[in-house]
Amino acid sequence: MPGMDSAVPALALRDIACHFPARGNPGGTYTAVRDSTITIAPGEFVSIVGPTGCGKSTLLNVASGLLKPSQGTVEVFGQKLTGINRQAGYMFQADALMPWRTALENVVVGPEFAGMDRAQADRLGRDWMARVGLAGFEKAYPHHLSGGMRKRVALAQMLIMDPKVILMDEPFSALDVQTRQLMENELLDLWQADRKSVMFITHDLEEAIALSDRVIALAAGPGTHPIGEFAIDLPRPRDVAEIRHLEEFSRLHAQIWEALKEEVLKGYAQGKR
Amino acid sequence: MFRSQNTRILLAQILIFILFIAGWKALTTFGIMSKFFVGDPFIVAGRLYEWFATGMIFKHLGVTLFETVVAFILGSVLGLLVGLWLALSPTASQLASPYLKGFNAMPRVILAPIFAVWFGLGVTSKIALGITLVFFVVFFNVYQGVREVSPVTLANARMLGASRTQLLRSVYIPSATSWVFSSLHAAVGMAFVGAVIGEYMGSAAGVGYLILEAEGLFDINGVFAGVILLTFFALILDAIVGVVEARLLHWQPREAATVGAPA
Ligand SMILES: Nc1ncnc2c1ncn2[C@@H]1O[C@H](COP(=O)(O)OP(=O)(O)OP(=O)(O)O)[C@@H](O)[C@H]1O
Ligand SMILES: [Mg+2]
Repeated sequence: MPGMDSAVPALALRDIACHFPARGNPGGTYTAVRDSTITIAPGEFVSIVGPTGCGKSTLLNVASGLLKPSQGTVEVFGQKLTGINRQAGYMFQADALMPWRTALENVVVGPEFAGMDRAQADRLGRDWMARVGLAGFEKAYPHHLSGGMRKRVALAQMLIMDPKVILMDEPFSALDVQTRQLMENELLDLWQADRKSVMFITHDLEEAIALSDRVIALAAGPGTHPIGEFAIDLPRPRDVAEIRHLEEFSRLHAQIWEALKEEVLKGYAQGKR
Repeated sequence: MFRSQNTRILLAQILIFILFIAGWKALTTFGIMSKFFVGDPFIVAGRLYEWFATGMIFKHLGVTLFETVVAFILGSVLGLLVGLWLALSPTASQLASPYLKGFNAMPRVILAPIFAVWFGLGVTSKIALGITLVFFVVFFNVYQGVREVSPVTLANARMLGASRTQLLRSVYIPSATSWVFSSLHAAVGMAFVGAVIGEYMGSAAGVGYLILEAEGLFDINGVFAGVILLTFFALILDAIVGVVEARLLHWQPREAATVGAPA
């Protein structure tokens, strides 16, 4: 972007720690995240992978401003974040649509809050519905849509706000493999057209490599923190199904998995307990 | 297939009704049960016909319905406002909690004579009683409904730039509506109970008054006629709420549960 110093990260989490009240131990605390520093450059697509329950959503909540970290600061384009991150769009892990609104009404929620007039918002909403491949489903209610379609609505709902930073929490993990690859490619197309900074959470290493410029691996909880960063210099534009066959892909996969393996086993052991 | 199934059920329901009336009639005709205590279905029907034919019932029905509707509207609005307020303000809710629990536990029909003293024997005292009954049903459901709002939907709306009022208007209220409506069904009944009990405790008009008067004359048929009339109109009011509900909750895949409040 002109005039913008590219050395200033779009999003920077510095020295973040998050404590929660411990379960089954009144008065005690559980440190979900500790010593976490993560920066994302303007236009960069960064994936965060980590074992289940390690604190990925917690980090994203901190980045969105929904959760105030117990320690550390968040900076958005160099500005210290207080309150909600207005530059960011957030696609949640769980279903977040309003079930009492139709798909189109859901898509235009943001512009409506911002006071855009009805006709203009509708036009914009229809445009976005078409862009995520949902033309014709404007009047459908969320419970009439499939899981993949609901994710598309959520995507349009977020992108219509034109956020500079995109936060996505395992957006496709509930989808079947085909739908998932389709949506990953669509996401890459949309991102390619208008490069935003993306912080993408996933527990699927292949997805992380296929989509990102950089992959950050997290340790298992408690006290989760980054344990490795890996630049992914695979050519773009990419097709997520084909890129998996590249030799470089397998090499990166092996490399990152090596770092992650132990943590995943730790996380798995904790989950069983 | 479904259609014939439904028709059969309807026929069976009608049959049950006819059998019930026939049994009632038979028991009294053959003197197994005394007409003095259980009345006679034909006389009850005749009484209802007479009330409508002479038109004398309309005044009483009008009074009772007026009390019911006013108590229902005022009680619901009050319950809605206080429910929203307390659900969104933890401090206020903590402060009010013991008093609300107390009022709710209190058998509030007992307030009828007090209201009669305060507001006289006219419609006001009945409306006041109805409001105290309706308020708690709606209040508890709204409170619960707001508490059950999906935190993810809420967080999502905040990320999309919702202000506090916008959150209230576009998340809390719509999401609580299913709870509100399930409470409104109960609330209509409560408003009716308030009106009738109030009339029964002392009044000069209304269906409750008619029942009281019939009772005073040991006219059991008159009592039954009044009860049937009340039941019928309670069903109509409930159906009206149902229609409004169906229009406003058409997005909903399933029904919400209700938390009840004692009368
Ligand atoms: N509000 C909270 N109160 C108490 N504990 C919490 C809270 N939020 C998260 N935690 C705990 O912090 C840890 C990390 O949770 P988080 O949801 O961030 O994990 P995650 O990596 O997103 O997991 P998943 O892969 O299952 O989505 C978990 O152990 C969780 O129990
Ligand atoms: Mg998570």
